[in-house]
Amino acid sequence: MQRIGVFVCHCGTNIAGTVDVAEIVEMAKPEPGVVHAAEYPYMCSEAGQNMIINAVKEHNLSGVVICSCSPRMHEATFRKAAEKAGLNPYMVEIANIREHCSWIHKDKAEATQKALTLTRAAIAKVQLNSPLFPDESPVTKRALVIGGGIAGIQTALDIADAGFEVDIVESTPSIGGKMAQLDKTFPTLDCAACILTPKMVDASAHENITLYTYSQVDKVEGFVGDFTVTIRKKARSVDFEKCTGCGACSEKCPSKKSPSEFDQGLCTRPAIYTPFAQAVPNVPVIDREACLKFKTGKCGLCETVCAPKAINFEQEDELVERKYGAVVMATGYEPVSLDKFGEYSYDSSPDVITSLEFERLTNAAGPTGGALTRLSDKRKPKSVTFIQCVGSRDVTQRGKAYCSKICCMYTAKHAMLIKEKYPDIEVNIFYIDVRTPGKAFDEFYRRAEDEYGVRYIKGQVGKVIDNGDHLQIQAVDMLDNKKMELQTDMVVLATAIEPVESAKSIATMLTASIDTNNFMTEAHPKLRPVESPTAGVFLSGVCQGPKDIPETVAQAGAAAAKVIGLLVKDKLMSNPCTAKPDELYCNGCSVCENVCPYGAISYEDCEVNDHGVREVRRVAQVNKALCQGCGACAVTCPSGAMDLQGFSNRQIQAEVDAICR
Amino acid sequence: MQERMRIRAKELLTSGAVQRVLGWKKGDFPYNPEPAFFTAEHELDDLVYDRFCAANLSGYMVEANKQDGKTLVFLKPCDTYSFNQLTKENRVSRDKAWIIGVGCEGNAEVDEMQEIGLLERCKVCTKTEHKVFDELIGEDIQTREKEDRFEQVSDVEKMSPDERFGFWQNQLSRCIRCNACRNVCPACNCKKCVFDSGKYDTEQKANVTSFEEQMFHIIRAYHVAGRCTDCGECSRVCPQAIDLHLLNRKMIKDINELYGEFQAGDDAETPGPLTDYDADTDADPSVVYERG
Repeated sequence: MQRIGVFVCHCGTNIAGTVDVAEIVEMAKPEPGVVHAAEYPYMCSEAGQNMIINAVKEHNLSGVVICSCSPRMHEATFRKAAEKAGLNPYMVEIANIREHCSWIHKDKAEATQKALTLTRAAIAKVQLNSPLFPDESPVTKRALVIGGGIAGIQTALDIADAGFEVDIVESTPSIGGKMAQLDKTFPTLDCAACILTPKMVDASAHENITLYTYSQVDKVEGFVGDFTVTIRKKARSVDFEKCTGCGACSEKCPSKKSPSEFDQGLCTRPAIYTPFAQAVPNVPVIDREACLKFKTGKCGLCETVCAPKAINFEQEDELVERKYGAVVMATGYEPVSLDKFGEYSYDSSPDVITSLEFERLTNAAGPTGGALTRLSDKRKPKSVTFIQCVGSRDVTQRGKAYCSKICCMYTAKHAMLIKEKYPDIEVNIFYIDVRTPGKAFDEFYRRAEDEYGVRYIKGQVGKVIDNGDHLQIQAVDMLDNKKMELQTDMVVLATAIEPVESAKSIATMLTASIDTNNFMTEAHPKLRPVESPTAGVFLSGVCQGPKDIPETVAQAGAAAAKVIGLLVKDKLMSNPCTAKPDELYCNGCSVCENVCPYGAISYEDCEVNDHGVREVRRVAQVNKALCQGCGACAVTCPSGAMDLQGFSNRQIQAEVDAICR
Repeated sequence: MQERMRIRAKELLTSGAVQRVLGWKKGDFPYNPEPAFFTAEHELDDLVYDRFCAANLSGYMVEANKQDGKTLVFLKPCDTYSFNQLTKENRVSRDKAWIIGVGCEGNAEVDEMQEIGLLERCKVCTKTEHKVFDELIGEDIQTREKEDRFEQVSDVEKMSPDERFGFWQNQLSRCIRCNACRNVCPACNCKKCVFDSGKYDTEQKANVTSFEEQMFHIIRAYHVAGRCTDCGECSRVCPQAIDLHLLNRKMIKDINELYGEFQAGDDAETPGPLTDYDADTDADPSVVYERG
């Protein structure tokens, strides 16, 4: 029988407001094994922790139950306290009477009853706890950053500057990401390229950074400190070492009809291309779908004009396997598809464009050299209308329930850019709310309205009709509560943003979790915002949630700091709550091996001594270094041969029994 | 056909191709032939095969597998599914078996009125083809119109929760925990059953209420879910005539509806739907929840 101490936390009024803490203390005392019970307003504070440490010594406790917040919040805190008192840290159990109880119930009597039940379950479990000891595992001192936009670049630069090697994997032929496509940036209106391209060059020139552009992550194995990642370098058809980036190949390429990805399809590019003039690396790729040589076997003009003989039509995808201690997700976003938003006539009218297309149109390096013209007739518009929240804050099936966060500001920016260049153009903006929290943001928006005379109309647009010469907008002015019609020449849709499609599959490879919108989940939304719940996986940029450039850069630096904090360690303590098979019970059926998401289980023919009968049996073996303690094997094992240390079948049964008592 | 089986078994045994033969021999009554191992040629004169040879011999291959050399086993079409399932779970090795697939007209049973009828499982039989064999003896001549095997399950599903509870209470309270269903089940092949194990205090868990055996049967149904081939042996051997196959078929029906049609034992490779996850095609867990 353990000697158990029960410590009930008030958490200020967070718990004590809904749960009768004193009653929990009194009711816990007669529970089997409990020799001490106490309460304190903030158990996680120094005084609270000292209370636990002193009680362990005074009452010679062998197990501790803390009734407090979620173990995800303070389990580590209380385990450390127990360790200080000389207990094995795994002799601590948490009864979560805050998130699972006080926060979700209103009736004090009922909440107290539930808190008591949870406390009893924890007491029953700790009765069966036994000391566990972590193993050590090594740390590979190199980080992988998936995604080469501003988030990935900044994270990589910060890690590299701290002296660690970093690899960036970028799916497109150049790093730079969405920021490279932008014209000016809010709220200072400095040019995106001017602040981004030096960073791109820095990343490419940094001795600690290796770029894998036009590449993707194929496979991830391993765990924190020791990931093994297979990177697929897609065939560029151009020899990296030989190419000088002279551009002769692109110039001569006869197949120039592919839509330019970088220019959002507003103009075309050759089959052999670099996405944009400042691309890093400045080495083109051949789009094999468009290339005449690949399609028909005839052409090869680029090969003829290439002086350093860098063109290689036979090049194949190359698989690179590298080890990393940490992985950073920086996969970014895409605007949502507008297929389901037919009312805006995006598909049918060339003069209805998205905001990202507008960025290219207004960009001096864009397809029109920065001149604002209608795509249908190259005429300068007399009036431009912006529609915000296209797909954002939309709770219907087709839209995104969340706010895309950046649209209010960039729309104000777009309006200002137009007014700056062409004061005669009339600019209208339809909005639901104008949301401008952020340093110098609201001032920026008000400048658009007050100084530049941009007309803000509160209301949603019902329909955009293209009648050739003009676009007709039907909308509701919600302040006047009236239907309105508006004639305009160009419509810009502030399209919602969503995580890139590949984020889901990469997250699956990393066993990192994503939310219902496919944004990466944080380990804790407030206290661990740049870490994924999966150890060793960190989050940078919009893959975690919509954010603007300043926020992205700040988060990128934060993720880098966390990575550096991990990589400076020589060894990691592994979680001892791993699966443990009992060879006498194992049937050798392999079901656990099949369900293990970490590849931690293998089977071996072993000689087993079953109560004096020696025979060779096929039995499960667990690689403790790979096991993450998820428990899938333990629940799938039909004979109960597999057990999870720290969450054993008997402990769980004891908890259930205590709850059902 | 019985004669052809004897001759072929003798040939294989005397040639040393197999070390033993797993078949059926005469029981105490004409209607209960029992599974038997034969290791000598003369013993094979006792080998029988008729409509009463209902026992699924696949499960016995787990023991045979531990012996040296090959074992000849006679399997009816439905039995081969169980054999595949056992191979999939590494409980028997395909290399250690010489499988003679034998034709089946549907198994007979003698009911309480001493009348001969067709086994329930044979009335709804869909398994007319041998899924794994080395050679075949006899033709499968099942030409009857088959009943829908899920009809009874659907009837139970349509009951109100109270009616359904009453139905199962009536069924399961007849249980005498003789363990026949578990012992005959080819999927119940654990070295140590959780109900016999002191390891997790589970052996008493089955006895907690007056409706005491519900836990045993429900847990057993879960343990074989996704692995049960619906061979029907559990119901066949139950001395209390409990419709145990209904529990397994409910699982099969749900699995088919939620994860797509799946027949355990169709082959020896495809992972079971409950131990394999496919984010694109598998049912979202909330679907299960909504079904209640």
